[in-house]
Amino acid sequence: MSLSLEQVERIARLAHIELSPADATATQAKLNGIFGLIEAMQAVDTTGVAPMSHPQDVVQRLRPDAISETDRRAAYQAVAPEAEAGLYLVPKVIE
Amino acid sequence: MSLQTLKTLQAQLASKKISSRELVTDYLARIEAQNAAINAFITVDRAGALAAADAADAAIAAGTAGPLAGLPIAHKDIFCTEGVLTTCGSKMLANFVSPYDAHVVSQLKAAGVVSLGKTNCDEFAMGSTNENSAYGAVKNPWNLSRVPGGSSGGSAAAVAAGMIPAATGTDTGGSIRQPAGLCGITGIKPTYGTVSRYGMVAYASSLDQGGPMAHTAEDCALLLNHMAGFDSRDSTSLERAKDDYSAQLSQPLAGLKIGLPKEYFGEGLAADVRAAIENALAELRKLGASTVEVSLPNTHLAIPAYYVIAPAEASSNLSRFDGVRYGHRAAEYKDLAEMYAKSRSEGFGKEVQRRILVGTYVLSHGYYDAYYIKAQQLRRLIAEDFKQALSQCDIIAGPVAPTAAWGIGQMADDPVQMYLADIYTIAVNLAGLPALSTPAGFSAEKLPVGLQLIGNYFGEARLLNVAHQLQQATDWHLQRPQA
Repeated sequence: MSLSLEQVERIARLAHIELSPADATATQAKLNGIFGLIEAMQAVDTTGVAPMSHPQDVVQRLRPDAISETDRRAAYQAVAPEAEAGLYLVPKVIE
Repeated sequence: MSLQTLKTLQAQLASKKISSRELVTDYLARIEAQNAAINAFITVDRAGALAAADAADAAIAAGTAGPLAGLPIAHKDIFCTEGVLTTCGSKMLANFVSPYDAHVVSQLKAAGVVSLGKTNCDEFAMGSTNENSAYGAVKNPWNLSRVPGGSSGGSAAAVAAGMIPAATGTDTGGSIRQPAGLCGITGIKPTYGTVSRYGMVAYASSLDQGGPMAHTAEDCALLLNHMAGFDSRDSTSLERAKDDYSAQLSQPLAGLKIGLPKEYFGEGLAADVRAAIENALAELRKLGASTVEVSLPNTHLAIPAYYVIAPAEASSNLSRFDGVRYGHRAAEYKDLAEMYAKSRSEGFGKEVQRRILVGTYVLSHGYYDAYYIKAQQLRRLIAEDFKQALSQCDIIAGPVAPTAAWGIGQMADDPVQMYLADIYTIAVNLAGLPALSTPAGFSAEKLPVGLQLIGNYFGEARLLNVAHQLQQATDWHLQRPQA
């Protein structure tokens, strides 16, 4: 399998990563090298093998629906690039 | 200089032979003297360390000190530390002063340790050489032209160079064991779910695990006792009784059955590394262990499966860096979409961007089953291999890496070649098993070689016991690079 330049550009858009035309070509070559390595997987028959997501096969824990956190908004917003009146500021989205 | 371990320093502090302030001042001076050459630290927290040392001295004097009071350590810069810069080796977090402590950090603080700062690492823990850091490559103290390994390369190099007696690390595909091996120290990756991932910036959540790095297995046990344990803030943290990792250290090795996977001793293993490993195995036999050949037939599938699962999870985890809530935001943009894209391209290095792109592709519509599910199926086959092998032996042993430390820049342009160097460590993360690296002598060029010991789930105490007994009988862990 190998990715076309268009596919690389599409993935970059999905991932919100800006690639210049020169970067896109270099990235395409590197990604195709990586996919060449990954492709070895496809030779193995895994019919009937259950996918494994956690080594102990544990289920997600539930907790009571109760407030467990204290209000630390000011501390968390102190590290934001732009915040005002308890809100994160971003460029205008709706005209 | 004799080896200063946490254990010996703890005794000196307890007998009031030295104060924590003296000890911390001494280590700060060592960091200052060596960091320009080795680049192991991104941040040195002199003021915070001295204040914590004074608090530890006061607690020791008052008889209220925690079990590790006054001992200096450093944290890999992937652990959030309240009030201290936490960069993850990335430009993305160049200005991120964490508003909270990781679970590991708060546990160790509660035990009384003094953190001297944050160690360099591959960006977001993605790399095996510590060359992928926005803060520059770390140098191997044994030979400054060589890599220290990665991604916990700063922690490994700092301990090896005597800049700090111990440090924390994280291991997603070998990132504790491989740098420990390449720098001649001891490091253990615990069973997945043993050490809380809360506040440990996520790379691949189903594989990441924190652990200690130090000169000796005894020191690793000491730290792990305070790092491990259930934490409700990590949804994958396991609820089980606390282990005492120091309890079995002095147990004799008579009767121990060590499995040697034939796939770990085949083509690709350098002759000098093989000789060192065989020499270490001979020492273990002298101590009463026996060896038996075992097989891990799906070993060759570990790297392909890892390079689907880890990038997939990374692409999801790293989507949080969008220039809105924390981290880098581009200076100029015309709308929200451009702000995201520019902030992320400027903030992330090339290797991180590549892994995000691979992950985005394998999770995209129409490819999920062919890649992510397929990789998770292979993951089960790999875990089954270990189960089968561990039914024939108590622990598994082999090399940590196929060669000793290679030259800085040698693999920098070839990610695939770098990925292949993790052949002996990655499968352990996929299976979620505990494993450690312990010094096993030297290569032809007098660079350290690491022996990897892999145990069954929750077998950390046994692994540390075997490494400790080997360290009692050998002096490889005592040898230090020429300053």
